[in-house]
Amino acid sequence: MSISIQQVRKNFGNFSALNDVSLDIPSGELVALLGPSGCGKTTLLRIIAGLETPDSGSIHFHGKDTTHEDVRERQVGFVFQHYALFRHMTVFENVAFGLRVRPKQTRPSDAEIRSRVQELLQLVQLDWLADRYPPQLSGGQRQRIALARALAVEPRVLLLDEPFGALDAKVRKELRRWLRRLHDELHVTSVFVTHDQEEALEVADRIVVMNKGNIEQIGTPEDVYQHPANAFVYQFLGNVNHYQVQVSQGKAQIGHQLFSAEKGAQDGLATAFIRPHDIEISKPTRGNVRGKQDAAFKATVSHVLPVGPLVRVELKVSDNDRILEAELSQEKYQALAIKQDDEVLITPKRVRIFAEPS
Amino acid sequence: MHISKSVNQYQSRTQQKRALAEPAWVRNLLILITLAFLTLFLFLPLAAVFSEALRKGWQVYISAIVNEDALSAMKLTFIAAAIAVPLNLVFGVAAAWAITKFNFTGKSILITLIDLPFAVSPVIAGLIYVLMFGLQGWFGEWLLDHDIKIIFAIPGIVLATIFVTFPFVARELIPLMQAQGKEEEEAGLVLGASGWQIFWRITLPNIKWGLLYGVILTNARAMGEFGAVSVVSGHIRGLTNTMPLHVEILYNEYNYAAAFAVASVLALLALLTLVFKTLIEWQTARANQSAQIQE
Repeated sequence: MSISIQQVRKNFGNFSALNDVSLDIPSGELVALLGPSGCGKTTLLRIIAGLETPDSGSIHFHGKDTTHEDVRERQVGFVFQHYALFRHMTVFENVAFGLRVRPKQTRPSDAEIRSRVQELLQLVQLDWLADRYPPQLSGGQRQRIALARALAVEPRVLLLDEPFGALDAKVRKELRRWLRRLHDELHVTSVFVTHDQEEALEVADRIVVMNKGNIEQIGTPEDVYQHPANAFVYQFLGNVNHYQVQVSQGKAQIGHQLFSAEKGAQDGLATAFIRPHDIEISKPTRGNVRGKQDAAFKATVSHVLPVGPLVRVELKVSDNDRILEAELSQEKYQALAIKQDDEVLITPKRVRIFAEPS
Repeated sequence: MHISKSVNQYQSRTQQKRALAEPAWVRNLLILITLAFLTLFLFLPLAAVFSEALRKGWQVYISAIVNEDALSAMKLTFIAAAIAVPLNLVFGVAAAWAITKFNFTGKSILITLIDLPFAVSPVIAGLIYVLMFGLQGWFGEWLLDHDIKIIFAIPGIVLATIFVTFPFVARELIPLMQAQGKEEEEAGLVLGASGWQIFWRITLPNIKWGLLYGVILTNARAMGEFGAVSVVSGHIRGLTNTMPLHVEILYNEYNYAAAFAVASVLALLALLTLVFKTLIEWQTARANQSAQIQE
């Protein structure tokens, strides 16, 4: 089931949650709506579900306009951020709910409901919890039951609001992979909302980056990470250093190196973005003002955080006292043997200078 | 560093405990004062009601209760409660539902209106009905023409009772439903449930203890109401006297034994209500506790 969102606008009082947002979601894809809190991603999800109505614009499911269709008729599965399990019903009854409330003509028999619920509980690997009540489950279990409940009505579209938001880091990672596998098995068009770029990059087929009620970029995880459309996307996906530069004739100088700015960049002050892992560190050796080292500039190591797979090094640029953060592998770190207050040479390998000021 | 910090925290906590703990004699004194107060103002009057009622022996007691006028007063009290409680239950649930699940203009006005019966004196409430439905009232002539009696008749008593017990259920449910939010209802909606199905299968089970508590409070007030009912009743013996009014009449006629006998029945009903209330409080506390443990 493909979803098409056309120029949807939604205001809450004076706050504009969505500004003419248009988006096409092809059938069978797993799409992430990614953005900081308040960017309108949950509102968009709720509009797709029919829990909110847009002020203007339209929603189409498989080409059919569903903008004014009732939530009940849309056949969507919705997993709420805090799961919203019915606390006074057993897990079994929670999952069976969508089938039991159907009108008599279309309601499956008790035996059918029983086998369908069992099937779903097996799918989420929690069939042994059928008689428990939601408060007796862990966060990860509740999440999976909420998903089973949403799937029970055979939704044409599956919508998930911050599906991993309320879980601790380890469970979150596990469930992420599990959701991806489940999607590959079921192939139901799915949209999930997240503010966690790592989650979006790992799970989604496509990512929709949103900010302040607008879509900033749509693309595969690789697209948005490697070729961010603008400064916002670049900053939002991964760590980044900001570096003030002077642009003239589309070029800016950092150290002794010239970098070209993006198309449309005006002359004048601009911010260059450098990812921490794109900064190369080398030790100054005698007479190294030659060759490749030409591009390098001097800095002092102000702090080293040697914990984890990557070593984070804080550098103070000697010319202007600006702080840059660099990341290097443990191996490289051992080989360089740098410590606090060492003088080093740094070379930015990739720099992006965007047209708009930020 | 962490360890020393937590030790500090521990110390400060125990110090705080010690700081809050009064010496034994202060504690005992406070308990004594409380007990003395309760005895003087609550327990003694209650005991007095029963001892006065039985002063002239069981025979007088029983005959005062099975007296025709007394029985009719009890009947009227039960009728008033039996009409007011279900009506206010429905209204309270509807109002709480509207206030907590929807956004609409005038919501705060509605909340204030619900509190009105708490704010105004019951006597004023009674007078409002006299003003509206009494002979000289707005609808007085029309009612007379159509031969409908409200003031100095049972409908007036029921109306006054409904008015004073109006807020209990809604007041009990609004905070509860606000705390529960509307996510579960939305989940039901997305799963295809109709409004009625959502109410019966999701909302009602979630609020049942709060609702019952509200009903008990409503009932207690409905049976005990004096002021508002007194204004609209007309005190016609055997016709428009509720139990509290009957007690007053007997007392004014110096028929103390009978007055206290009827009063003791009223007190018993109140005690019974208290027992129910305590049971429900205990039940909800247990439900809350288990929910918290599982959190």
